[in-house]
Amino acid sequence: MTVDVTPSSTRPPGVRWRLVGSPTRWLTYGVLVFFLTMLAGTVGSVVLSSFATRWFATWTPESYTTKWYGQSWEEFDLTSVLIVTAEVAIAVVLISLLIAVPAAYALARRDFPGKRLVMVLFLLPVVVPTITYGVPLAILFYDLHLALTLPGVVLINLVPAVPFAILILVPFVEQIDVSLEKAARVFGAGQLRIFARIVFPLLVPGIVAVSVLLLVRTLALFDLTFFVAGPEQTTLVVKLFAAVSGAGFRVDQSVDAMAVIYMSANVALLAVALKFINPSRLVSAG
Amino acid sequence: MALDATARGPLRPPLSRRLAERGVDWTLLLLLPALVFAVGLFVYPMLYGLRLSLDPVEGSAFANYRRFFSDSFFRDTIWFTVRLAVPALLINVLLALPLAYRMRYAARGRRLVTIILIFPLTLGSVLLGKGLLNFLSGTGWLNRALISLGIVDVPVQFTHNYWGVLIAVVLADFPFVFLLLLSYASGIDPAYERAAAVFGASAWQRFRLITLPLLAPGLAITASLAFVLGFGVFPSAILLGQPDGATRTMGVAAYSEAFQQFDFPMATTIALLMAAIELIVIVLVLALRARLAPTVTSGIKG
Repeated sequence: MTVDVTPSSTRPPGVRWRLVGSPTRWLTYGVLVFFLTMLAGTVGSVVLSSFATRWFATWTPESYTTKWYGQSWEEFDLTSVLIVTAEVAIAVVLISLLIAVPAAYALARRDFPGKRLVMVLFLLPVVVPTITYGVPLAILFYDLHLALTLPGVVLINLVPAVPFAILILVPFVEQIDVSLEKAARVFGAGQLRIFARIVFPLLVPGIVAVSVLLLVRTLALFDLTFFVAGPEQTTLVVKLFAAVSGAGFRVDQSVDAMAVIYMSANVALLAVALKFINPSRLVSAG
Repeated sequence: MALDATARGPLRPPLSRRLAERGVDWTLLLLLPALVFAVGLFVYPMLYGLRLSLDPVEGSAFANYRRFFSDSFFRDTIWFTVRLAVPALLINVLLALPLAYRMRYAARGRRLVTIILIFPLTLGSVLLGKGLLNFLSGTGWLNRALISLGIVDVPVQFTHNYWGVLIAVVLADFPFVFLLLLSYASGIDPAYERAAAVFGASAWQRFRLITLPLLAPGLAITASLAFVLGFGVFPSAILLGQPDGATRTMGVAAYSEAFQQFDFPMATTIALLMAAIELIVIVLVLALRARLAPTVTSGIKG
């Protein structure tokens, strides 16, 4: 069930394509073009609408404006929403790393009885959609009075984040040559010193990659936050959902403007993530 | 933890050294916070949910489960979910397989296509749902295009019904299915196909007799994960569908029982049945995969 978790994927040498276009070839690429058209239409209509003064029953809006951004910012109180979103995302990244780095080290370096079971335990929250375990989890949070608090929102976001970070980090640790640690031990370094001076510096690329991926995922994680967040802990994606599902009496364009703001944050983080990590790695959890 | 004896590193030091090395215990302790976390916030909540589901608002222990299966209002949610998840998975696998097969050894373009496909994955289904509401609406671009091309005369109703949600699930999960299949397909050693080509196998024969059997286990895993992914459809079922009708999926029902009806026992009953169906599908497919021909793949850990 592992998805290309080798830090640098080695590609087998290419089998040559025939350059003659066969019908099946055009058909397969047609699929890609169709998908991209749907995607461009979906994203494009939001972006265009957010800049439209009004847009109804025409291909493109008659005239353009940026006023919806200001209106959206005020209407949805985006300053405080973005502050909450940033607080949750940063807390999730830091706490996940704190728990995941040691765990990934142990999993990469040791084989022990029950290791497969432990891996399954970490794999399940990542593979299974959050809605599956989100409802009992959220009810438990209400029971424990953790819901409707900021720590509660952070905690529930950690549930898929920690295992995800572990699964991503294990191959990064495996990549670090064990002999470096052994050499340090020969020269009298203790385990803590080895970790601080050898493992951690070599793990920095992995840690950066995981941090950015966690930011992207936390930004987009809807269900769990939606279940336990009160009005004070609303993150951007939850606010967006509320605005879309409560639409009708709202001006659609200001919702579109918020969607574009959300998308911009996402794309910016994605661009950073792609600098640090093999893009196919992002797939492993949908 | 007497784990020293079983510790196997790539370089295995002599026994005396291994026993002297207390690092093994120390290292495994590093796993403890993560284990406590996973048990406390994943395993325990599920058990908590199980206990809650057996403690119904009224009736005996299994009353909720009986009610789920006897009341069509609940029972039908399984069907509503399956009829989204299965077609979406079939469409995506059928569309993605030829494309992944084409691109499996392509160095150029592969990164670009991957990045473009990653994009909708990271946007999340809420944003895709909002975008599709614009794009698929009566005056949206899709209906305009269909009318201009003369395919339909009046706008097609794509939103607030089954089709809107199906389109959303297909769009949201296609990148996942494609990239997963691509990673399995490119893990197959090209030497087998070359050998077959040397002996005169046509492109179709190479695909049918070499690649497809080698890809079968990966295909099985992809299909089961895609099913589970589609089974968990939630925000798009509300935004683009009829959450109290044709797209009242198990996720929507669990949510609405919990946070609209405040019937926590019934909500956890639905959630647990949902988890059970997902697990059964995963386990069945993994068992099936084990019975498939052993594969020769490089770089893919099954």
